[in-house]
This record gives sequence, structure tokens and C-alpha cells, in this order.
Amino acid sequence: MKNLSLALLVLILAGIAHAETTAIVGATVHTVGPRGTLENATVVIADGRIVAVGDNMKAPDGATVIDAAGKIVTPGLFSPIGQLGLVEVGFSAGPDDSGQIGDQFTASFDVADAFNRRSTLIAINRIEGVTRALISPSPVGMDDSGNLSHVFSGLASVVNLGDGMASIDRRAVAMVINLGESGVDYAGGSRAAVLMIVRQALDEAQDYRDHGDAHERGQHSDYKYSVADLEALQRVLSGDVPLLADVNRAADIEQLISLAHEYGVRAIIAGGAEAWMLADHLAAANIPVILAPTANLPSSFDSLNASMKSAAILSQAGVKIAFADGEVTHNPRNITQWAGIATAEGLPWDDALRAITLSPAEIYGVADRVGSIEAGKDADIVIWPGDPLELTNYAEQVFIKGESVEMVSRQTLLRDRYLDTDDKRPPAYRN
Amino acid sequence: MNKNLVVITTAVVFLSACEQDSGDDAAQPFASRYAGLDSKTTLITGATVLTGTGERLENADILMADGKIANVGVGLAAEGADIVDASGKWVTPGVIDVHSHLGVYPSPGTESHSDGNEITAPVTAQVWAEHSVWPHDPGFVTALAGGVTSMQILPGSANLIGGRGVTLKNVPGRNVMDMKFPGAPHGMKMACGENPKRVYGSQGQAPGTRMGNVAGYREAWIAAAEYRDQMEAAESGQGEPPTRDLKLETLVGVLNGEILVHNHCYRGDEMSIMIDIAKEFGYKISAFHHAVEAYKIGDLLAESDTCAAMWADWWGFKMEAYDGIRENAAIVDKAGACAIIHSDSEISIQRLNQETAKVMGAAARVGIDIPPEHAIQWITKNPAKSLGIEDVVGTLESGKMADVVVWNGTPFSVYAQAEQVYIDGALAYDRNDPSVNPVTDFSLGTAAATGGAQ
Repeated sequence: MKNLSLALLVLILAGIAHAETTAIVGATVHTVGPRGTLENATVVIADGRIVAVGDNMKAPDGATVIDAAGKIVTPGLFSPIGQLGLVEVGFSAGPDDSGQIGDQFTASFDVADAFNRRSTLIAINRIEGVTRALISPSPVGMDDSGNLSHVFSGLASVVNLGDGMASIDRRAVAMVINLGESGVDYAGGSRAAVLMIVRQALDEAQDYRDHGDAHERGQHSDYKYSVADLEALQRVLSGDVPLLADVNRAADIEQLISLAHEYGVRAIIAGGAEAWMLADHLAAANIPVILAPTANLPSSFDSLNASMKSAAILSQAGVKIAFADGEVTHNPRNITQWAGIATAEGLPWDDALRAITLSPAEIYGVADRVGSIEAGKDADIVIWPGDPLELTNYAEQVFIKGESVEMVSRQTLLRDRYLDTDDKRPPAYRN
Repeated sequence: MNKNLVVITTAVVFLSACEQDSGDDAAQPFASRYAGLDSKTTLITGATVLTGTGERLENADILMADGKIANVGVGLAAEGADIVDASGKWVTPGVIDVHSHLGVYPSPGTESHSDGNEITAPVTAQVWAEHSVWPHDPGFVTALAGGVTSMQILPGSANLIGGRGVTLKNVPGRNVMDMKFPGAPHGMKMACGENPKRVYGSQGQAPGTRMGNVAGYREAWIAAAEYRDQMEAAESGQGEPPTRDLKLETLVGVLNGEILVHNHCYRGDEMSIMIDIAKEFGYKISAFHHAVEAYKIGDLLAESDTCAAMWADWWGFKMEAYDGIRENAAIVDKAGACAIIHSDSEISIQRLNQETAKVMGAAARVGIDIPPEHAIQWITKNPAKSLGIEDVVGTLESGKMADVVVWNGTPFSVYAQAEQVYIDGALAYDRNDPSVNPVTDFSLGTAAATGGAQ
């Protein structure tokens, strides 16, 4: 019975989806794919996917046509780090599910199970063009009993900001570690100890890989880490899951490059204030950098050489870059501003758009589905009135997996309630 | 119309007022010793000029002489002046940030540098932010590269009354006196809401609630009024003057209108209560800062002539910031109140123009047109007004301080960059000539010293 009704439902839904074909016509389309930028182009969407894209192409018969003449169309934006859907209000206001303290988990902690696709933050950011995001665990410091977070924060996942049930696209795309200054407090006070902990964990994981069976039979000494953590680390060792390392100082980045080489693991840098000083080495080691284009001050002794030119220098050297700046959880919508600022500092415009769309999708291994406007990919599309990086231009319509997003958020509702400054009714009665 | 005429009339009045203030100042401890950089008579020509008075002039010139704006208009000439061709560029007054912690929470943000919050009692009106300012904060230089020519440095918001703020000229000096804006009144920081009640409540000390906050402010004002009354009585020969009290001196300064209140306050309902407290004790709130819900009480702000200093879009980092919307400043402006975009950040102080642009775009979506010539006032004239320095700075009018920014295009673009920044007529920053630009002691030997950071 249950199966039957479910099957019926699937059929109905499939039928509805199948019936709806949408064609966005007449726009300048920045595909961020091999076809580059197309003028007067048409993007055809059906079943949640991009079916076709081309210039001077007619909309299919029966398609809902969206006239986008004079508009700019881009892929949906991809926020490469943050705690979207894991925290509602940052401080003193209920749980922040992005981090945990305790001795049960470290490397295996998986925040995806806490993701709330109905969070108010989701709509606020998706109506401004953010369609995908990495949700990443973060260290939460110390609890009341003095227990500390771990050098390994755990696993990060890619989510979409759509309304549907299938909001988690891919789990465990990266493992977050806190290197350098960001890990010092969790490792007894020295960045050298941070590295020792990382090496110890990877060594144990290697040992577990080779002698796990013996351990299960009770013929091997106990491990410091739990089986869950050691299992999670297998995916790092195999190169399946990269280490996402929060690290800024050039010396620490050099250590990361060595470590990645030594263990044959992949790495991604988050922060990377001084990464530009090692641009060629990072390019050679194929280590991407998720950076903050506005971070130009020596906020600590780990970022004495922070530079506005970071994005341009790294990109020029062939390092894959993405942007996470300022408030990455409540305001990833500002990702276009960060890209624009990097552009003003010498990053080519096309590379800036890539850094907020396709590059993060590639970094997390989901570029087969998102990041560019290509036939076969999920239809994450944004229609803009002009240059999407420009501050006065806001997304006019957003599509996530082919669904046209209702362009409403709690903030637009608040705005509309207070917009008429002559309305003297109590606000609660203005509807 | 002759634009030149419009701007000359009040110049002499401003100047004499300024000199008089400076004279009074000199007798005070920690008086301004700001001298400014060497300036030359300079004529900026052919620019799109946003005057800060609400006007936009095309193909206009600005003449700066003796550190002051000498003239603004079309087709100016000046013998012997350095000519700066600004055709295709935009020129605005220097940007003013009403809320900064540069120097008191400098970079690097080490514990040893954390000098912005005197978290030892809920009312610390006796402390002055200027005594914590570290002039070698590299953040002054990066703010300068963003066109910031003046800013108010405030104590933090842990306390109900956190102490005096100081307005600085953005020319890094050897000490804070070298940077103090001549003649500017002191500010006084007050804080509503979550911070004071959390900081003290968690120590089992008052205030632990918002009602505790309000009791705390009122007790402080009652003590201040009593001190003032005793002082005045003694002056008229009745009784002895009270023992000098630094805390009450600051509060009386507010009651006398000599010190301006800058009140950290997020929620509309709390701002409304603060306005009532001000009425009860007869002082004025110059500006609410971080006024995330100002859009809910625009009419009350207009009525009490209180500015709202706002971010473009910071929200949700704590409960009292949950109702932040991007149109906030535009709705406040539409209600006829004084809107300011402020930073509270060493990063966003570098692009207050961009933060303003985000509001302009959001406002346009709902039919509120904020043209550039109006928007620029949110980061120039209006902060100057809230700081009590509107008579001498904040607009491009003859006789005012020649604090001027030449932008590479419209400042309300993500690609906007300040190319030249003049402070009192002197070239303080030039994006195209690193040899002009300041490097603080701390930045020597780092990327910042070679222009990397800017």
C-alpha cells in the first residue's frame, strides 16, 4: 500500500516536472563553461536540468518563455564555506549546531545531519543568487567544563538552497582542520603540536587501514582515535576527501604543502592571508585557496603580509580560488561584492565570476552537476539587471534545480511592513 | 546659475568659530596638536562633483588653498596652483566614519592591544578613548586608502556608559593629540541591550536585564544632575563645590550640551526608551549606532533630531540584530531623519561608499530613489552633523576644511577606488604614487609597506 501510493506520487511529480519547460531568452549568458559568454542567448530548462543553451536559439514549443532581453544570466552562486542552516542567530540565542566538543567524535563529526533547509537565512541568501553552499563544521572553543574543540572539526557537505527535500547534494566533501593559530588553542598552545596531532591522526589512520582487522580481533593495541574517526580519515588518505585547512601564515602553509605531499592527501586552504607568497608552490601542488578579498590588515601575526592583490596573484599563478569573506553564514549573498573587489584589484572579471560559481563546485567535486550553464547540469540560474558584481544590481529571478524561487524572505516581509512611513497602524496590524 | 556664489557666504563665520574653539581647547589637557601635512594651492579640474550639500556638479573644479576649500564651480582658474586633471573622475568630500575602534582595537588584534572596553564597572564615563589610541594601527592607513579623512574613535559597548569618544583627522601622528580634530566636541558612548546586561549579569552584578540597564542609566543621570546643581550653586556663592569627579564631569558635559551622546542601540523599542530617558534628564542623543531597527521608528528619530548610524546589511549575529534589512537607511531617510552609514570595522571602514551603494540598490527595488548626490551625505555631511563638526567639514563649501577625495569613477560602484585623498588641502594618499602614502611603524617590513595591503 505504502509503496503503491509512493510510486503514484513519484509518477505524478514526474509528470508535472516533465510538462514544464522554461526558456529564458534574449539575455547575455555567462555560461562559465566552455562556451564562454553568449549574446542574445536562450537557456532551456526542464526536469530541473539545463536542457540546452545557445545563441539565437528558438524557445521550444510550449515552453514558458521568460523574456530576459537586456539582462545578464549567470550560474547560481556558490558559497564555499560557512554555517548556513546550522545556526540561526549567532550569539546567545539558541544552539549553534556547527561545532561540538567532547571525546566521542572529531574527524568523523558530520554537520549535515543538523542542516535546516527552512532556516530564515536560506531564503534571505537564495533570493540574492546564492544557490549552493558548503556547510562546514567550526570549532566552538571551550565548554563550561574546560573541554576544548578539536584540531579536526569534522566533515563538510554541499547543500542547495532550494525548497525541496533533497537539500543535501553531497556529504563529506571535505574535512575541516584548524592549522596554525586557529588550531593552537586546541593543541596545547603550540602550532607545532597542531601538526603533531594531524600527523598522529593520519599515522593512526594508516595503521588502521593496514591492521584494522587485527584490531577488530583484539590482536592490536588500542587506537587513540575512535573507529568512526579512523574510518572518516580513510577517505582523506585515499584522496577522496580533501583536508580543508584554516590557515593563514606562509610558514604554516609550507607545512601543509609538505604534509599533503608526505601523506599523498589533497588539501584546500581556507583563509590563506599569506598564500599569495607561495602562489607558484600552491599551483604546483594543486591546492586551491578560499580567500577573503578584503582581508588586507595584519589581524594577527599570522597575516602580517595580507594583501588586496591576493586573488589576482593566486589566480594568475594558476591557483584555483573561491571567496569567503566577512560574515559567511548570514551574508554569503555578499559574495558578488567580494568578487567585484577582487576585480578592482586586478583579477579579470571572468575569473571573478568563475571564483563564485564553477571553481567552488570543482573544489568540492560537484562540478558535474553545478557551477556553469551547460546542458545536463542542474538548472541553477540567476537573472540580473546588469553586471552581477555591481553593488546596485540585485538578482531579479533565481532558479534552483529548475525551480523558480519565490523572491520573498523574512527580510522582504519586514521591509514591506515598514516601507510606508505614513502608515500609523501598529505594525502587527499591517499585513 | 553661479554655483560659486552659493558656497562662499558662511565661510568667515565658520572659521572664526573654529579658531575660538581651538583656543578653548588649548587650555585643556590632551588638546589637539594637529598640524596637518604641508599643503599647496591645488585646483582639481573637470570632475563630477558631489558637494555633500545635495548637489551634483558636472565638469566642475575645486580650488583648495591654505588647507581650505576656496571655491567650487565650473571653469575656475587659479594662478600658481597645482592642477589635478580629474576629468572622468568623481570628487566628494572626505568620508567620515562616526563609529570606529581604530587604535583602541588595532591590528594586530592581540590581547595586549585590546584597549577599547573598560569592563570594570557598568558606568565608566571617566575614561576617554583617546587615551587608548595607538597611532601606529595600520588600519588608519587602509581607511585612508578608502577615502576616510575623519573618524570618531569610540570605547566599546560592554558598559551602559563606556566613556568619551574622540574625533580624529586621519593623519597618523606620534600620539593621539597630533591626530585630534581641532575643535571637535567629545562624544560619549552609551550602550543598550544585550552587551551590558550580558557582561555584568554573567558576573552576578547589575545590570542583568534590559530593565536593569535603564535603571543604571537613570541612576547615573541623577548623580550627574546633583553634581551639576552643587557646582552651579557653588558658583553662585551657595555652598562648597563638590570634589572633582571625572565620571560626573563627563556626564555633566552631556547635560550641558558640550559632549554629544553616541548610543549603541539596535532595537526600535529600546531606542524609543532611550529617547524618553534623554527627555527626562534634558540631554540630546546625537546618534544611535548599529540602529538595525531604525526603519521601525524613523518618525521618532526625525522628531528628536537624532541620527541613525547603520550598516548596510549586517544582521543576525545576535538576537537584537535579527531584524536587519538592507533598506534600513533608505527608509530612515525617507522618514525625514538623518541617516548615516558607519563601519564599526577596520575592514568595512575602507569602503563605506560601497556599503552605501548596496542600500541604494536595495532601495531602488522598492521605488525609493537615492541619487548619488544625496547618498554621499550618509557618509560625509550627516556623520559630520552627528559629531558636531558640520560647520567646518563634511561638504565641499568654501571655507570648510579641504578634505577631498578623487575617485576613479562613481564612488557607488564595487570597482570604485579612491585615487587621491586630500586632508586639509594636503595630498595624504595617492593610489598611483606609493611614495606619497603613509606606512605606520608596525607595517615596516611587511607587504603593507610596499603597497601590498592597500
